[in-house]
Amino acid sequence: MILRPTKLSIILLTLLAVCLTSVIPTWAGKADNTLNFAWNKELETMDRYYNTAREGMIVSRMICDDLIYRDPITFEYKPLLAKSFKWIDNLTMEFELRQGITFHNGEKFDADDVVYTLNFMSNPDNKVLVQRNVKWIKNVEKLSPYKVRINLKKPFPVALEYLAGNLPIYPNEYYAKVGSKGFGLKPVGTGPYKVSEQVQGKKIVFVRNDNYFKESPKGKPSIGKLVQRTIPEITTMVAELMTGGLDWIYMVPNDQAEKLGKMRGIKLIRAETMRIAFIQMDATGRTGEDTPFKKLKVRRAICHAIDREAIAKNLVGGQSRAVHAACYPTQFGCTKDVMKYEYNPEKAKKLLAEAGYPKGFKVNFYGYRNRPYGEAMVGYLRDVGITANLKWLKYSALREKTQGNKVAFVMNTWGSYGVNDISNITGQHFRFEYNDLARDQQVTDWLEEGDNSIDTNHRKEVYAKALKRIADQAYWLPLFTYVANYAFTEDLNFTPQPDAVPRFFLSTWK
Amino acid sequence: MFYYTLKRLSLAIVVAITVSFVTFMLLRLSGDPAMALAGENATPEEIEVVRHQYGLDRPIIIQYVNWARRALGGDFGVSPYFNQPVEKIIGGRLGITMTLGGCALAFAICLAVPMGVLAAIRPNTWIDRVALTISVLGQAMPSFFFGLILIIIFGVMLRWLPISGSSTWRHFILPAIALGYYATPAIMRLTRSGMLEVLASDYIRTARAKGLKAGVVLFKHALRNAIIPVVSLLAVQFGFMLGGSLVIETIFAINGVGFLGYESISRNDLPMVQAIVLLVSMFYVTLTFFSDLLNAFLDPRIRVT
Repeated sequence: MILRPTKLSIILLTLLAVCLTSVIPTWAGKADNTLNFAWNKELETMDRYYNTAREGMIVSRMICDDLIYRDPITFEYKPLLAKSFKWIDNLTMEFELRQGITFHNGEKFDADDVVYTLNFMSNPDNKVLVQRNVKWIKNVEKLSPYKVRINLKKPFPVALEYLAGNLPIYPNEYYAKVGSKGFGLKPVGTGPYKVSEQVQGKKIVFVRNDNYFKESPKGKPSIGKLVQRTIPEITTMVAELMTGGLDWIYMVPNDQAEKLGKMRGIKLIRAETMRIAFIQMDATGRTGEDTPFKKLKVRRAICHAIDREAIAKNLVGGQSRAVHAACYPTQFGCTKDVMKYEYNPEKAKKLLAEAGYPKGFKVNFYGYRNRPYGEAMVGYLRDVGITANLKWLKYSALREKTQGNKVAFVMNTWGSYGVNDISNITGQHFRFEYNDLARDQQVTDWLEEGDNSIDTNHRKEVYAKALKRIADQAYWLPLFTYVANYAFTEDLNFTPQPDAVPRFFLSTWK
Repeated sequence: MFYYTLKRLSLAIVVAITVSFVTFMLLRLSGDPAMALAGENATPEEIEVVRHQYGLDRPIIIQYVNWARRALGGDFGVSPYFNQPVEKIIGGRLGITMTLGGCALAFAICLAVPMGVLAAIRPNTWIDRVALTISVLGQAMPSFFFGLILIIIFGVMLRWLPISGSSTWRHFILPAIALGYYATPAIMRLTRSGMLEVLASDYIRTARAKGLKAGVVLFKHALRNAIIPVVSLLAVQFGFMLGGSLVIETIFAINGVGFLGYESISRNDLPMVQAIVLLVSMFYVTLTFFSDLLNAFLDPRIRVT
């Protein structure tokens, strides 16, 4: 039987031939002054006050400006939409605003925009998602068309930190008209880039704001167009970077990063971030009176049992380093002058024996992030006689268990939301809330004192006391800093920052 | 036929209710939804507010009945993540998933039917073996793995086709192959067995004896009859493809319902996950229902049994 070609097979062959002969052109980012970048998250809204994602912060800082700007290198506060600012007293701040700035839609920027934005967002009825960003604001008053006063509910020394990146100023008339939903789809700000197109969950296109005010400490943006795409699978993202479909990606897993780093034309930076890992131990017996962690010697033994340096160097890699205090080293109030527990398994065994556990004990070891790090720690604990049963859960499940007083020994992590002040990490974990396994009134009082004073030296002093006591009592075993892996074309000048928020307005082509 | 239709319809409704109920319960068993909705760092008070706001403090059966009543009217609730109606978001993305499913089905037919025919006209030869190997590979290989292989070969090494996205028809080629390949074994085998049976029948012998051309006998007389059960199978396979697109859309960054489902699971968007699972299962139930009816219409013995 002889088979003749059918119409269908002819069509198929033609289709295949078209595919095979038309090779896709590489998207030359530098050539057309367009930076193509991707992340794996679908941003629910571009209204910064109603999303909690890092990507929301990235977008917000490109489109909008805050009153103040924190220099990412020197951590110095510089006026942005404000021309100048000063503390009047513990509860009052005043801001002189810049004149002649316009929003992307042509609306003029003035005191009304600041008053409207901050009053609207700090009103609990409007249910801003991250309440800690706004709940310190009592109200905002207009003193003149270009001067405002912020009244605080109570002394809040970190106010400048929040005003420098977490409280973007919106155009009052536009926002009142379109609301959060409309703004989330078509945001308008004064920032260095404006959104020209958005397909939800697929891409956002930013174009340079050529009218961006020259006095801005953010500087005039250099790259003409930015195209963000959402690609959930990291392997696909890597493939796009390799073939020129993308110019920049981040949060690349270590195994893929190593391979990417060896490729020609691609630069890899494994930069340290503000996120630190730490072990918490039930020092007060919330999980049961017989928990071994009630004994200081047991907690100290744990601290000596784990080789943090080795995990930071060999497992986390890149710029990761071991930390000894319960904070990220650059954060205001963080001190290195605390008790350091060197890796010493023999000392750990001795301490365990002295605490009444010469043969060690069995314990459930909880965590939610980076199981391999937990596995490495199980090995170290085994060496000193402690049998740790690894229980890695989803974050919400772990929190539920912690709230139910069922977690005595846990590896946690905290990124401080990029806030360079220890009130955002230490202050969050020693407040007698569910995540406070130490419950030390003295520590809480010192932290409370620091969080409520605007006297810089006094704050440093009381924070140092709290951190020293946390270390002495081994309430926490601070472990190491995390790294974020950035991979991008060699044509791009890009510098990562510890808050892991890329600032594309500072990037240039080589 | 009327009673048969009624019986199948009742069964479809029971399946639909069971799926929606089981999904509803399973999602609530996987953790406290109020805690998931309130976000990572919410205080216990904030969680309680969310619990009350979303009616999660009411008995679970009441919650289900309320949800089902609204769902029947086309209201699947509001996604806490997008703060938009669930049906609006799904509606905006359904088209792309249907396109992908359609392309994948077309690919599966184009590959499996000719292979099945070839294997039937040359049974137990190397052609039959090759066809079998190709189809078995399709079932044995996980679709995400096959998708990545396609990306590496056609996207990275040869650079013939785009790797991700859905802006042009070319973007659909690799995902359609990855998704459609999985359906080829069933279609191929059914085509082959159908063809073998038909080719051995008297009327084919008569057609050949009349001196008709081989192609005419094969395609006009044999395939036309052998393909009938395959058509009903295709309906079911299309349902499978809509479900399977979750993985493929994620790998190829196609912004369809599958991708939305995958993302919604990771961000604990319960109303969205619930609606997507129900939607996909409804497609499957509906397609199976029509396929049963088609089979019964073509083969009266099914109606009787």
